[in-house]
Amino acid sequence: MTTPVVEIEKLSRRFGTFTAVDSLTLVANAGEVFGLLGSNGAGKSTTIKMLTTLLPPSSGEARVGGFSITTQPVEVRRAIGYVPQAVSVDGSLTGYENLLIFAKLYDIPRSEQQARIREQLTFVDLTADAGRLVGQYSGGMVRRLEIAQATLHRPRVLFLDEPTVGLDPIARDAVWKHLIDLRDQYGTTLFLTTHYLEDAENHCDRIAIMHMGKLAALGTLKELETSLGTGSHTLDEVFVHYAGATLDSGGNFRAVSAERTTEQRLG
Amino acid sequence: MTGTFIHPLISFVDKTFVIAEFELRKLRHDFTELITRALQPALWLLIFGQVFARSGMMHTGNIPYLDFIAPGILAQSVLFVAIFYGINVIWERDLGIVQKFLVSPTPRTALVLGKGLSAGIRTLSQAIVVYGLSLFLGVRLNWSPLALLNVFVVVVLAATLFSTFSLIIACIVKTRERFMGVGQVLTMPLFFASNAIYPTDIMPAWLKVISHLNPLTYVVDALRTSMLSGSPSTFGLGMDYAVIFLTTIVLVFIGARLYPQLGV
Repeated sequence: MTTPVVEIEKLSRRFGTFTAVDSLTLVANAGEVFGLLGSNGAGKSTTIKMLTTLLPPSSGEARVGGFSITTQPVEVRRAIGYVPQAVSVDGSLTGYENLLIFAKLYDIPRSEQQARIREQLTFVDLTADAGRLVGQYSGGMVRRLEIAQATLHRPRVLFLDEPTVGLDPIARDAVWKHLIDLRDQYGTTLFLTTHYLEDAENHCDRIAIMHMGKLAALGTLKELETSLGTGSHTLDEVFVHYAGATLDSGGNFRAVSAERTTEQRLG
Repeated sequence: MTGTFIHPLISFVDKTFVIAEFELRKLRHDFTELITRALQPALWLLIFGQVFARSGMMHTGNIPYLDFIAPGILAQSVLFVAIFYGINVIWERDLGIVQKFLVSPTPRTALVLGKGLSAGIRTLSQAIVVYGLSLFLGVRLNWSPLALLNVFVVVVLAATLFSTFSLIIACIVKTRERFMGVGQVLTMPLFFASNAIYPTDIMPAWLKVISHLNPLTYVVDALRTSMLSGSPSTFGLGMDYAVIFLTTIVLVFIGARLYPQLGV
Protein backbone atom coordinates (compact mmCIF):
# COMPACT_ATOMS: atom_id res chain seq x y z
CA MET A 1 0.00 0.00 0.00
CA THR A 2 2.90 2.38 0.43
CA THR A 3 4.19 2.88 -3.09
CA PRO A 4 5.40 6.46 -3.33
CA VAL A 5 3.76 8.23 -6.26
CA VAL A 6 4.55 11.87 -5.50
CA GLU A 7 8.10 12.29 -4.19
CA ILE A 8 9.13 15.85 -3.40
CA GLU A 9 12.76 16.52 -2.55
CA LYS A 10 13.95 19.94 -1.32
CA LEU A 11 11.66 21.67 -3.79
CA SER A 12 11.92 25.47 -3.83
CA ARG A 13 10.47 28.28 -5.85
CA ARG A 14 11.53 31.89 -5.59
CA PHE A 15 9.91 34.90 -7.23
CA GLY A 16 12.58 37.60 -7.09
CA THR A 17 13.56 37.84 -3.45
CA PHE A 18 10.35 36.18 -2.24
CA THR A 19 10.52 32.47 -1.51
CA ALA A 20 7.08 30.99 -2.14
CA VAL A 21 8.10 27.37 -1.53
CA ASP A 22 11.11 26.75 0.65
CA SER A 23 12.90 23.40 0.45
CA LEU A 24 9.77 21.28 0.65
CA THR A 25 10.28 17.55 1.13
CA LEU A 26 7.44 15.04 1.39
CA VAL A 27 6.04 11.86 -0.14
CA ALA A 28 2.46 10.93 -1.05
CA ASN A 29 1.67 7.27 -1.58
CA ALA A 30 -0.41 5.48 -4.19
CA GLY A 31 -4.14 5.47 -3.42
CA GLU A 32 -3.80 8.11 -0.74
CA VAL A 33 -5.94 11.22 -0.29
CA PHE A 34 -3.26 13.73 0.54
CA GLY A 35 -4.25 17.20 1.73
CA LEU A 36 -2.02 20.24 1.57
CA LEU A 37 -3.31 22.73 4.09
CA GLY A 38 -2.32 26.32 4.63
CA SER A 39 -3.47 29.90 4.60
CA ASN A 40 -3.52 31.98 1.40
CA GLY A 41 0.06 32.58 0.33
CA ALA A 42 1.48 29.61 2.25
CA GLY A 43 2.82 28.11 -0.98
CA LYS A 44 0.20 25.43 -1.67
CA SER A 45 -0.75 26.58 -5.15
CA THR A 46 2.87 27.18 -6.13
CA THR A 47 3.64 23.61 -5.05
CA ILE A 48 0.80 22.21 -7.15
CA LYS A 49 1.91 24.30 -10.13
CA MET A 50 5.40 22.86 -9.91
CA LEU A 51 4.12 19.28 -9.55
CA THR A 52 1.84 19.70 -12.58
CA THR A 53 4.74 21.13 -14.67
CA LEU A 54 3.12 24.55 -15.04
CA LEU A 55 5.94 26.24 -13.17
CA PRO A 56 9.59 25.19 -13.20
CA PRO A 57 11.16 24.95 -9.71
CA SER A 58 14.03 27.25 -8.75
CA SER A 59 15.80 24.31 -7.12
CA GLY A 60 15.10 20.83 -5.87
CA GLU A 61 13.31 18.00 -7.62
CA ALA A 62 10.08 16.06 -7.59
CA ARG A 63 8.99 12.82 -9.20
CA VAL A 64 5.37 12.23 -10.05
CA GLY A 65 4.29 8.74 -11.09
CA GLY A 66 8.00 7.92 -11.27
CA PHE A 67 8.85 10.73 -13.70
CA SER A 68 10.91 13.83 -13.04
CA ILE A 69 9.04 17.12 -13.28
CA THR A 70 12.17 18.85 -14.54
CA THR A 71 13.50 16.39 -17.12
CA GLN A 72 10.39 14.39 -18.11
CA PRO A 73 7.53 16.92 -18.11
CA VAL A 74 5.62 15.25 -20.98
CA GLU A 75 5.62 11.87 -19.20
CA VAL A 76 4.47 13.58 -16.01
CA ARG A 77 1.63 15.23 -17.93
CA ARG A 78 0.45 11.86 -19.22
CA ALA A 79 0.46 10.45 -15.70
CA ILE A 80 -1.54 13.19 -14.00
CA GLY A 81 -4.86 14.98 -14.08
CA TYR A 82 -5.38 18.51 -12.82
CA VAL A 83 -8.41 20.43 -11.60
CA PRO A 84 -7.35 24.07 -11.13
CA GLN A 85 -9.10 26.27 -8.61
CA ALA A 86 -10.60 28.47 -11.31
CA VAL A 87 -13.24 27.09 -13.66
CA SER A 88 -11.39 25.04 -16.28
CA VAL A 89 -14.14 23.74 -18.52
CA ASP A 90 -15.32 25.81 -21.44
CA GLY A 91 -18.75 27.39 -20.95
CA SER A 92 -19.27 27.82 -24.67
CA LEU A 93 -19.05 24.08 -25.35
CA THR A 94 -21.37 21.29 -24.21
CA GLY A 95 -20.38 18.90 -21.42
CA TYR A 96 -19.84 16.16 -24.01
CA GLU A 97 -17.62 18.39 -26.16
CA ASN A 98 -15.53 19.38 -23.16
CA LEU A 99 -14.79 15.69 -22.60
CA LEU A 100 -14.31 14.90 -26.29
CA ILE A 101 -11.58 17.50 -26.79
CA PHE A 102 -9.54 16.08 -23.91
CA ALA A 103 -10.14 12.50 -25.07
CA LYS A 104 -8.50 13.57 -28.33
CA LEU A 105 -5.71 15.55 -26.72
CA TYR A 106 -4.80 12.61 -24.46
CA ASP A 107 -4.67 10.18 -27.41
CA ILE A 108 -7.45 7.93 -26.19
CA PRO A 109 -7.92 5.61 -29.18
CA ARG A 110 -10.82 6.68 -31.39
CA SER A 111 -12.58 3.33 -30.91
CA GLU A 112 -12.62 3.79 -27.12
CA GLN A 113 -13.45 7.50 -26.94
CA GLN A 114 -17.23 7.24 -26.91
CA ALA A 115 -17.33 4.44 -24.34
CA ARG A 116 -14.88 6.27 -22.09
CA ILE A 117 -16.83 9.53 -22.29
CA ARG A 118 -20.09 7.69 -21.46
CA GLU A 119 -18.38 6.02 -18.51
CA GLN A 120 -17.11 9.36 -17.21
CA LEU A 121 -20.49 11.04 -17.62
CA THR A 122 -22.18 8.21 -15.72
CA PHE A 123 -19.52 8.36 -13.05
CA VAL A 124 -20.21 12.02 -12.25
CA ASP A 125 -24.00 11.79 -12.87
CA LEU A 126 -24.01 14.14 -15.84
CA THR A 127 -25.31 11.83 -18.58
CA ALA A 128 -28.61 13.68 -18.86
CA ASP A 129 -26.90 17.07 -19.15
CA ALA A 130 -24.13 16.09 -21.58
CA GLY A 131 -25.72 17.90 -24.51
CA ARG A 132 -26.22 21.20 -22.69
CA LEU A 133 -23.82 24.12 -22.85
CA VAL A 134 -21.63 24.15 -19.74
CA GLY A 135 -22.39 27.85 -19.33
CA GLN A 136 -25.80 26.74 -18.06
CA TYR A 137 -24.44 24.25 -15.49
CA SER A 138 -24.60 24.83 -11.72
CA GLY A 139 -21.40 25.15 -9.72
CA GLY A 140 -21.48 21.58 -8.47
CA MET A 141 -22.07 20.25 -11.99
CA VAL A 142 -19.11 22.27 -13.30
CA ARG A 143 -16.80 20.80 -10.66
CA ARG A 144 -18.03 17.27 -11.41
CA LEU A 145 -17.48 17.79 -15.12
CA GLU A 146 -13.98 19.06 -14.37
CA ILE A 147 -13.26 15.90 -12.41
CA ALA A 148 -14.58 13.76 -15.27
CA GLN A 149 -12.46 15.72 -17.73
CA ALA A 150 -9.31 15.53 -15.64
CA THR A 151 -9.58 11.76 -15.18
CA LEU A 152 -10.61 10.69 -18.72
CA HIS A 153 -7.14 9.28 -19.36
CA ARG A 154 -7.07 7.41 -16.01
CA PRO A 155 -4.23 9.36 -14.43
CA ARG A 156 -2.33 7.86 -11.52
CA VAL A 157 -2.44 11.13 -9.62
CA LEU A 158 -5.18 13.74 -9.65
CA PHE A 159 -4.12 17.19 -8.46
CA LEU A 160 -6.88 19.45 -7.23
CA ASP A 161 -6.44 23.06 -6.20
CA GLU A 162 -9.17 24.01 -3.70
CA PRO A 163 -11.72 21.59 -5.24
CA THR A 164 -14.65 22.63 -3.07
CA VAL A 165 -14.15 26.38 -2.90
CA GLY A 166 -17.38 28.27 -3.52
CA LEU A 167 -19.66 25.21 -3.37
CA ASP A 168 -22.64 24.87 -1.06
CA PRO A 169 -22.54 21.96 1.45
CA ILE A 170 -24.67 19.64 -0.71
CA ALA A 171 -22.59 20.20 -3.83
CA ARG A 172 -19.45 19.85 -1.74
CA ASP A 173 -20.57 16.44 -0.45
CA ALA A 174 -21.38 15.30 -3.99
CA VAL A 175 -17.92 16.32 -5.21
CA TRP A 176 -16.26 14.47 -2.34
CA LYS A 177 -18.33 11.36 -2.97
CA HIS A 178 -17.08 11.26 -6.56
CA LEU A 179 -13.50 11.91 -5.52
CA ILE A 180 -13.50 9.09 -2.98
CA ASP A 181 -15.18 6.77 -5.53
CA LEU A 182 -12.41 7.62 -7.95
CA ARG A 183 -9.80 6.54 -5.45
CA ASP A 184 -11.71 3.35 -4.57
CA GLN A 185 -12.54 2.32 -8.14
CA TYR A 186 -9.39 3.28 -9.99
CA GLY A 187 -6.81 3.62 -7.22
CA THR A 188 -6.23 7.24 -8.20
CA THR A 189 -4.07 9.16 -5.77
CA LEU A 190 -5.66 12.48 -4.81
CA PHE A 191 -3.29 15.32 -4.03
CA LEU A 192 -5.22 18.43 -3.11
CA THR A 193 -4.94 21.79 -1.48
CA THR A 194 -7.66 23.15 0.70
CA HIS A 195 -8.25 25.72 3.35
CA TYR A 196 -11.44 24.11 4.56
CA LEU A 197 -10.51 22.26 7.74
CA GLU A 198 -13.64 20.08 7.47
CA ASP A 199 -12.48 18.79 4.09
CA ALA A 200 -9.12 17.85 5.51
CA GLU A 201 -10.65 16.32 8.63
CA ASN A 202 -13.32 14.28 6.90
CA HIS A 203 -11.58 13.09 3.77
CA CYS A 204 -7.79 13.25 3.85
CA ASP A 205 -5.71 10.21 4.84
CA ARG A 206 -2.76 12.44 5.58
CA ILE A 207 -2.38 16.17 5.96
CA ALA A 208 0.61 18.42 5.37
CA ILE A 209 0.44 21.90 6.85
CA MET A 210 2.41 24.54 4.97
CA HIS A 211 3.40 27.85 6.45
CA MET A 212 5.38 30.55 4.66
CA GLY A 213 6.58 28.12 2.03
CA LYS A 214 7.80 25.51 4.49
CA LEU A 215 6.41 22.21 5.67
CA ALA A 216 5.20 22.91 9.21
CA ALA A 217 3.65 19.53 10.05
CA LEU A 218 2.83 16.23 8.37
CA GLY A 219 0.81 13.22 9.45
CA THR A 220 -2.61 11.67 9.83
CA LEU A 221 -5.23 13.76 11.59
CA LYS A 222 -4.72 11.69 14.73
CA GLU A 223 -0.96 12.06 14.64
CA LEU A 224 -1.24 15.80 14.21
CA GLU A 225 -3.72 16.11 17.08
CA THR A 226 -1.63 14.02 19.49
CA SER A 227 1.52 15.88 18.49
CA LEU A 228 0.25 18.83 20.50
CA GLY A 229 0.54 16.87 23.73
CA THR A 230 -1.98 16.04 26.41
CA GLY A 231 -5.65 16.81 26.11
CA SER A 232 -7.81 16.62 23.03
CA HIS A 233 -7.16 19.05 20.23
CA THR A 234 -9.02 20.01 17.14
CA LEU A 235 -7.45 20.45 13.72
CA ASP A 236 -8.10 24.16 14.22
CA GLU A 237 -5.79 24.18 17.19
CA VAL A 238 -3.25 22.06 15.35
CA PHE A 239 -3.30 24.50 12.49
CA VAL A 240 -2.88 27.56 14.68
CA HIS A 241 -0.07 25.83 16.51
CA TYR A 242 1.92 24.96 13.38
CA ALA A 243 1.02 27.77 11.08
CA GLY A 244 1.08 30.41 13.81
CA ALA A 245 -2.07 31.94 12.38
CA THR A 246 -5.59 31.19 11.39
CA LEU A 247 -6.41 30.09 7.88
CA ASP A 248 -7.86 33.40 6.79
CA SER A 249 -4.76 35.53 7.13
CA GLY A 250 -2.39 36.18 4.26
CA GLY A 251 -2.93 36.08 0.52
CA ASN A 252 -2.47 38.77 -2.06
CA PHE A 253 -4.93 40.69 -4.18
CA ARG A 254 -4.74 38.33 -7.14
CA ALA A 255 -5.27 35.23 -4.99
CA VAL A 256 -8.26 36.72 -3.24
CA SER A 257 -9.77 38.08 -6.43
CA ALA A 258 -9.31 34.74 -8.22
CA GLU A 259 -11.02 32.96 -5.37
CA ARG A 260 -13.94 35.37 -5.27
CA THR A 261 -14.39 35.11 -9.02
CA THR A 262 -14.42 31.33 -8.80
CA GLU A 263 -16.97 31.45 -6.01
CA GLN A 264 -19.12 33.78 -8.03
CA ARG A 265 -18.95 31.59 -11.13
CA LEU A 266 -19.69 28.38 -9.29
CA GLY A 267 -22.23 29.74 -6.86
CA MET B 1 -1.74 4.10 -20.07
CA THR B 2 -3.68 5.11 -23.15
CA GLY B 3 -0.94 7.09 -24.84
CA THR B 4 0.01 5.53 -28.13
CA PHE B 5 3.31 6.21 -29.76
CA ILE B 6 2.73 8.55 -32.68
CA HIS B 7 5.32 10.28 -34.76
CA PRO B 8 5.75 13.78 -33.26
CA LEU B 9 4.92 15.57 -36.51
CA ILE B 10 1.68 13.64 -37.06
CA SER B 11 0.77 14.24 -33.43
CA PHE B 12 1.51 17.95 -33.85
CA VAL B 13 -0.72 18.28 -36.91
CA ASP B 14 -3.44 16.15 -35.31
CA LYS B 15 -3.47 18.22 -32.09
CA THR B 16 -3.45 21.49 -34.01
CA PHE B 17 -6.64 20.44 -35.76
CA VAL B 18 -8.22 19.25 -32.50
CA ILE B 19 -7.68 22.69 -30.96
CA ALA B 20 -9.00 24.42 -34.07
CA GLU B 21 -12.01 22.09 -34.30
CA PHE B 22 -13.24 22.95 -30.82
CA GLU B 23 -12.78 26.68 -31.35
CA LEU B 24 -15.04 26.31 -34.37
CA ARG B 25 -17.60 24.25 -32.48
CA LYS B 26 -18.02 27.28 -30.22
CA LEU B 27 -19.04 29.29 -33.27
CA ARG B 28 -21.74 26.78 -34.05
CA HIS B 29 -23.24 27.37 -30.60
CA ASP B 30 -23.14 31.14 -30.93
CA PHE B 31 -22.60 32.87 -34.24
CA THR B 32 -23.78 36.39 -33.31
CA GLU B 33 -20.18 37.61 -33.39
CA LEU B 34 -20.01 36.79 -37.09
CA ILE B 35 -22.88 39.16 -37.75
CA THR B 36 -21.59 42.05 -35.64
CA ARG B 37 -18.19 41.75 -37.27
CA ALA B 38 -19.68 42.37 -40.68
CA LEU B 39 -20.44 45.97 -39.76
CA GLN B 40 -16.94 47.39 -39.86
CA PRO B 41 -15.95 46.41 -43.41
CA ALA B 42 -19.37 47.65 -44.54
CA LEU B 43 -18.70 51.08 -43.05
CA TRP B 44 -15.25 51.35 -44.61
CA LEU B 45 -16.36 50.32 -48.06
CA LEU B 46 -19.72 52.06 -48.20
CA ILE B 47 -18.72 55.34 -46.56
CA PHE B 48 -14.96 55.84 -46.60
CA GLY B 49 -14.52 54.06 -49.93
CA GLN B 50 -17.38 55.84 -51.70
CA VAL B 51 -16.35 59.29 -50.48
CA PHE B 52 -12.70 58.92 -51.42
CA ALA B 53 -13.59 57.39 -54.75
CA ARG B 54 -15.68 60.47 -55.55
CA SER B 55 -12.96 62.88 -54.43
CA GLY B 56 -10.64 61.51 -57.11
CA MET B 57 -7.70 62.31 -54.83
CA MET B 58 -6.24 58.85 -54.82
CA HIS B 59 -4.28 57.83 -57.89
CA THR B 60 -4.52 54.09 -58.14
CA GLY B 61 -3.41 53.58 -61.74
CA ASN B 62 -5.78 51.85 -64.07
CA ILE B 63 -8.04 50.41 -61.39
CA PRO B 64 -10.84 52.43 -59.77
CA TYR B 65 -10.34 53.44 -56.14
CA LEU B 66 -13.19 51.28 -54.84
CA ASP B 67 -11.67 48.26 -56.53
CA PHE B 68 -8.32 49.24 -55.05
CA ILE B 69 -9.49 49.37 -51.45
CA ALA B 70 -11.84 46.34 -51.46
CA PRO B 71 -8.94 43.89 -50.88
CA GLY B 72 -7.39 46.41 -48.48
CA ILE B 73 -10.56 46.47 -46.40
CA LEU B 74 -10.66 42.67 -46.38
CA ALA B 75 -7.07 42.63 -45.09
CA GLN B 76 -7.95 45.31 -42.56
CA SER B 77 -10.95 43.47 -41.19
CA VAL B 78 -8.89 40.28 -40.94
CA LEU B 79 -6.30 42.28 -38.98
CA PHE B 80 -8.89 43.91 -36.70
CA VAL B 81 -10.62 40.63 -35.90
CA ALA B 82 -7.37 38.73 -35.36
CA ILE B 83 -5.51 41.36 -33.34
CA PHE B 84 -8.01 41.20 -30.49
CA TYR B 85 -7.81 37.45 -30.31
CA GLY B 86 -5.45 37.77 -27.34
CA ILE B 87 -8.37 38.95 -25.22
CA ASN B 88 -9.81 35.42 -25.41
CA VAL B 89 -6.47 34.00 -24.40
CA ILE B 90 -6.36 36.25 -21.32
CA TRP B 91 -9.96 35.33 -20.53
CA GLU B 92 -9.07 31.64 -20.71
CA ARG B 93 -6.14 32.29 -18.43
CA ASP B 94 -8.29 34.06 -15.83
CA LEU B 95 -10.45 30.96 -15.88
CA GLY B 96 -8.33 27.81 -15.55
CA ILE B 97 -8.62 26.75 -19.19
CA VAL B 98 -5.10 27.66 -20.31
CA GLN B 99 -3.67 25.79 -17.32
CA LYS B 100 -5.72 22.72 -18.18
CA PHE B 101 -4.36 22.67 -21.74
CA LEU B 102 -0.80 23.22 -20.53
CA VAL B 103 -1.05 20.30 -18.10
CA SER B 104 -2.08 18.01 -20.99
CA PRO B 105 0.67 16.42 -23.08
CA THR B 106 -0.30 18.54 -26.12
CA PRO B 107 2.70 20.14 -27.86
CA ARG B 108 2.80 23.88 -27.11
CA THR B 109 3.23 24.73 -30.78
CA ALA B 110 0.02 22.80 -31.54
CA LEU B 111 -1.88 24.77 -28.89
CA VAL B 112 -0.70 28.07 -30.35
CA LEU B 113 -1.09 27.18 -34.03
CA GLY B 114 -4.48 25.52 -33.43
CA LYS B 115 -5.79 28.72 -31.85
CA GLY B 116 -4.36 30.79 -34.69
CA LEU B 117 -5.81 28.54 -37.35
CA SER B 118 -9.27 28.72 -35.82
CA ALA B 119 -9.04 32.52 -35.91
CA GLY B 120 -8.13 32.12 -39.56
CA ILE B 121 -11.19 30.06 -40.34
CA ARG B 122 -13.40 32.44 -38.34
CA THR B 123 -12.30 35.42 -40.39
CA LEU B 124 -13.38 33.70 -43.62
CA SER B 125 -16.80 35.16 -42.85
CA GLN B 126 -15.21 38.60 -43.39
CA ALA B 127 -14.18 37.52 -46.87
CA ILE B 128 -17.76 36.59 -47.66
CA VAL B 129 -18.97 39.99 -46.41
CA VAL B 130 -16.37 41.91 -48.42
CA TYR B 131 -17.14 39.90 -51.58
CA GLY B 132 -20.84 40.63 -51.10
CA LEU B 133 -20.25 44.37 -50.68
CA SER B 134 -17.83 44.42 -53.62
CA LEU B 135 -20.42 42.81 -55.86
CA PHE B 136 -22.94 45.41 -54.74
CA LEU B 137 -20.52 48.26 -55.46
CA GLY B 138 -19.57 46.92 -58.88
CA VAL B 139 -15.97 46.00 -58.09
CA ARG B 140 -14.48 43.93 -60.92
CA LEU B 141 -13.77 40.70 -59.10
CA ASN B 142 -11.75 37.79 -60.40
CA TRP B 143 -13.89 34.67 -60.05
CA SER B 144 -11.38 32.11 -61.30
CA PRO B 145 -11.12 29.14 -58.91
CA LEU B 146 -7.39 29.66 -58.49
CA ALA B 147 -7.91 33.30 -57.52
CA LEU B 148 -10.57 32.34 -54.98
CA LEU B 149 -8.32 29.64 -53.56
CA ASN B 150 -5.53 32.19 -53.17
CA VAL B 151 -7.85 34.58 -51.34
CA PHE B 152 -9.00 31.74 -49.07
CA VAL B 153 -5.46 30.69 -48.20
CA VAL B 154 -4.16 34.24 -47.72
CA VAL B 155 -7.06 35.19 -45.43
CA VAL B 156 -6.56 32.10 -43.25
CA LEU B 157 -2.79 32.61 -43.11
CA ALA B 158 -3.06 36.32 -42.39
CA ALA B 159 -5.51 35.75 -39.55
CA THR B 160 -3.24 33.03 -38.17
CA LEU B 161 -0.32 35.44 -38.36
CA PHE B 162 -2.02 38.35 -36.62
CA SER B 163 -3.86 36.28 -34.03
CA THR B 164 -0.59 34.62 -33.07
CA PHE B 165 0.96 38.09 -32.82
CA SER B 166 -1.96 38.97 -30.58
CA LEU B 167 -1.39 35.87 -28.45
CA ILE B 168 2.25 36.91 -27.98
CA ILE B 169 1.13 40.34 -26.75
CA ALA B 170 -1.36 38.65 -24.40
CA CYS B 171 1.44 36.47 -22.98
CA ILE B 172 3.50 39.60 -22.30
CA VAL B 173 0.90 41.98 -20.88
CA LYS B 174 -1.26 39.32 -19.16
CA THR B 175 -4.21 41.60 -18.23
CA ARG B 176 -7.22 42.64 -20.30
CA GLU B 177 -6.87 46.35 -19.53
CA ARG B 178 -3.27 46.53 -20.69
CA PHE B 179 -4.07 44.38 -23.69
CA MET B 180 -6.83 46.71 -24.89
CA GLY B 181 -4.40 49.63 -24.71
CA VAL B 182 -1.61 47.86 -26.57
CA GLY B 183 -4.03 46.41 -29.13
CA GLN B 184 -5.33 49.88 -30.04
CA VAL B 185 -1.81 51.27 -30.24
CA LEU B 186 -0.70 48.51 -32.64
CA THR B 187 -3.61 48.12 -35.04
CA MET B 188 -3.80 51.63 -36.39
CA PRO B 189 -0.06 51.95 -37.26
CA LEU B 190 -0.14 48.49 -38.88
CA PHE B 191 -3.15 49.57 -40.92
CA PHE B 192 -1.96 53.04 -41.92
CA ALA B 193 1.61 51.95 -42.60
CA SER B 194 0.39 49.59 -45.28
CA ASN B 195 -0.93 49.71 -48.82
CA ALA B 196 -4.50 48.93 -47.67
CA ILE B 197 -6.21 52.22 -48.49
CA TYR B 198 -3.59 54.08 -50.54
CA PRO B 199 -0.69 53.00 -52.74
CA THR B 200 2.74 53.06 -51.12
CA ASP B 201 3.97 55.28 -54.01
CA ILE B 202 2.36 58.34 -52.46
CA MET B 203 3.96 57.73 -49.05
CA PRO B 204 6.94 59.73 -47.75
CA ALA B 205 10.16 57.71 -48.02
CA TRP B 206 10.38 56.78 -44.32
CA LEU B 207 6.82 55.49 -44.23
CA LYS B 208 7.41 53.54 -47.42
CA VAL B 209 10.32 51.74 -45.73
CA ILE B 210 8.12 50.88 -42.74
CA SER B 211 5.30 49.70 -44.97
CA HIS B 212 7.68 47.30 -46.70
CA LEU B 213 8.54 45.78 -43.31
CA ASN B 214 4.86 45.44 -42.43
CA PRO B 215 3.44 41.96 -43.13
CA LEU B 216 0.00 43.51 -43.74
CA THR B 217 1.38 45.13 -46.89
CA TYR B 218 2.16 41.69 -48.34
CA VAL B 219 -1.25 40.38 -47.29
CA VAL B 220 -2.94 43.28 -49.09
CA ASP B 221 -0.72 42.81 -52.14
CA ALA B 222 -1.58 39.11 -52.36
CA LEU B 223 -5.28 39.78 -51.87
CA ARG B 224 -5.34 42.63 -54.37
CA THR B 225 -3.75 40.66 -57.15
CA SER B 226 -5.95 37.62 -56.46
CA MET B 227 -9.28 39.33 -55.87
CA LEU B 228 -9.25 41.77 -58.77
CA SER B 229 -8.92 41.12 -62.47
CA GLY B 230 -6.07 43.01 -64.07
CA SER B 231 -4.25 44.13 -60.94
CA PRO B 232 -0.60 43.03 -61.09
CA SER B 233 1.17 42.29 -57.81
CA THR B 234 3.79 44.75 -56.57
CA PHE B 235 6.06 42.18 -54.96
CA GLY B 236 4.96 38.99 -56.76
CA LEU B 237 2.65 36.43 -55.21
CA GLY B 238 5.59 34.14 -54.37
CA MET B 239 7.27 36.87 -52.35
CA ASP B 240 3.97 37.69 -50.60
CA TYR B 241 3.48 34.06 -49.59
CA ALA B 242 7.11 33.74 -48.48
CA VAL B 243 6.85 36.78 -46.17
CA ILE B 244 3.48 35.70 -44.73
CA PHE B 245 4.58 32.09 -44.18
CA LEU B 246 7.92 32.92 -42.61
CA THR B 247 6.46 35.57 -40.31
CA THR B 248 3.75 33.14 -39.18
CA ILE B 249 6.25 30.36 -38.46
CA VAL B 250 8.50 32.69 -36.46
CA LEU B 251 5.53 34.05 -34.49
CA VAL B 252 4.16 30.54 -33.74
CA PHE B 253 7.53 29.51 -32.32
CA ILE B 254 7.79 32.66 -30.20
CA GLY B 255 4.18 32.16 -29.07
CA ALA B 256 4.82 28.53 -28.14
CA ARG B 257 7.72 29.65 -25.96
CA LEU B 258 5.74 32.39 -24.23
CA TYR B 259 2.36 30.62 -23.89
CA PRO B 260 3.38 28.47 -20.89
CA GLN B 261 3.94 31.69 -18.91
CA LEU B 262 0.17 32.10 -18.85
CA GLY B 263 -0.10 28.94 -16.75
CA VAL B 264 1.80 30.50 -13.87
